[in-house]
Amino acid sequence: MSAVKFTKDHEWVSLDGDTATVGITAYAQEQLGDVVFVEMPEAGKTVSQGDEAGVVESVKAASEVYAPVSGEVVEANPELEDNPALVNQDPLAGGWFFRLRLSNAGELDGLMDEAAYKAYIEELD
Amino acid sequence: MSADTQISSTDQPPLARTPLFDLHVGAGARMVGFAGYEMPVQYGHGVLYEHNHTRAQAGLFDVSHMGQALLSPKTGGADAALLMEKLAPGGISTLGEGRIRYTLLTHADGGIRDDLMVTRFGETVWLVVNAACKTTDFAYIAEALDGHATLEVQGRALLALQGPQAARVLARHLEGVDQLTFMEARWVGWRGYELLLSRCGYTGEDGFEISLPPEIAEEFAVALLDDDEVALIGLGARDSLRLEAGLCLYGHDIDLTTSPAEADLLWTIPKRRRESADYPGADIISTHLASGAPRLRVGLLPDGRAPAREGTDICAPDGASIGTVTSGGFSPTLGRPVAMGYLAADFADPDRSVHLMVRGRALPARVIEMPFVPHKYVRATK
Repeated sequence: MSAVKFTKDHEWVSLDGDTATVGITAYAQEQLGDVVFVEMPEAGKTVSQGDEAGVVESVKAASEVYAPVSGEVVEANPELEDNPALVNQDPLAGGWFFRLRLSNAGELDGLMDEAAYKAYIEELD
Repeated sequence: MSADTQISSTDQPPLARTPLFDLHVGAGARMVGFAGYEMPVQYGHGVLYEHNHTRAQAGLFDVSHMGQALLSPKTGGADAALLMEKLAPGGISTLGEGRIRYTLLTHADGGIRDDLMVTRFGETVWLVVNAACKTTDFAYIAEALDGHATLEVQGRALLALQGPQAARVLARHLEGVDQLTFMEARWVGWRGYELLLSRCGYTGEDGFEISLPPEIAEEFAVALLDDDEVALIGLGARDSLRLEAGLCLYGHDIDLTTSPAEADLLWTIPKRRRESADYPGADIISTHLASGAPRLRVGLLPDGRAPAREGTDICAPDGASIGTVTSGGFSPTLGRPVAMGYLAADFADPDRSVHLMVRGRALPARVIEMPFVPHKYVRATK
């Protein structure tokens, strides 16, 4: 079980073998407010690090979700279609967005660990 | 966003604060810049909670950023209500004492300068205009009626209490609440101060707006909040509530480029004013009245769950562009997205199928009559 990594755009990535699970952080869902719709990439789609991979919408606004690492989309969270509020309730587990088969594991090294991300969001506030 | 971009705002005037600023911050509000003011967009429980609370109980809104002014005739001059008809196509001179009218400041080109509430008291009228327009509106009105009337801009706070419990809650604090019906106002006393109590609002619910001296605004708000039924509501829920009610947001759904006919606001122009056609823009608006407007503001109900936001293109099934969404979001009451926008008149009939172009995809939607959620105004029984 590898440690969770974070991006400056407030996504998290958790690695299991060569499969990365991606979601948005507790800070991100707090900033967004009540999530009412999530649009995810379809399985089989190839994304590069930093690509727009999906959209998360609150009552008020739409925000892009970026691919934190490159790879092929294996699966999107089917729960979010009927229950987008999971992103607010359980952002780091049940509210995951999609899974990727990594094409460049080295990209993970450029992301923040939990301590660095914590310091990063403290600076934002 | 880099730190550099956040610092370089010296050319922007500082944001103003309402008398309830400390109350908002103390209540955990997230504050944002809006129309030159630091305003609460939401409090701790979030927009959905605030929206649903207002529909179920009573929501308290700080709308002190809006513009309030008293228009009085010069000695021996015509009533202020009659003078306002030079600038607005509404039936204002026919208003009874303490009656409120929703009307429009029209432009000579047929567009809308602002939408506003006008209340008649004797020879005077009380005006409430949009925050973003107030400086321009008041300068325009004062100039246009110069020599005939005096406009006194009021430095008062303005609160709104909206929802099915609003009347019951307010009656514990103020006299005369039950004697008002929708679109009626009266002055009432509270702890030695004069409050202007108006039964109107921007949510589609029964409710009131209370204009009061700034020095007692917080004290009055705290007194209302003492009731369990009352919760503070921010701008986020204010927007989703008014959208469900089918009400226009100035600068988005109506502006200088939309005529009252296009905006589906002809109901604000009574027969007498249509015939006299003596208001700014009357020639163009009369043409729209006679032969129809080229486009119309309509309600849109998207299939599925994806909201269509402001600026979304609306297409006919054959792909031709036929309009634009001007307000769009998620309706907490209906549990689905709703939108309003302008459609070419040929496509504006209810039940017409259209496509909303969201992120490059055509999402089916249909034209629907507004409001999306029925109004619950307490009207006079005649």
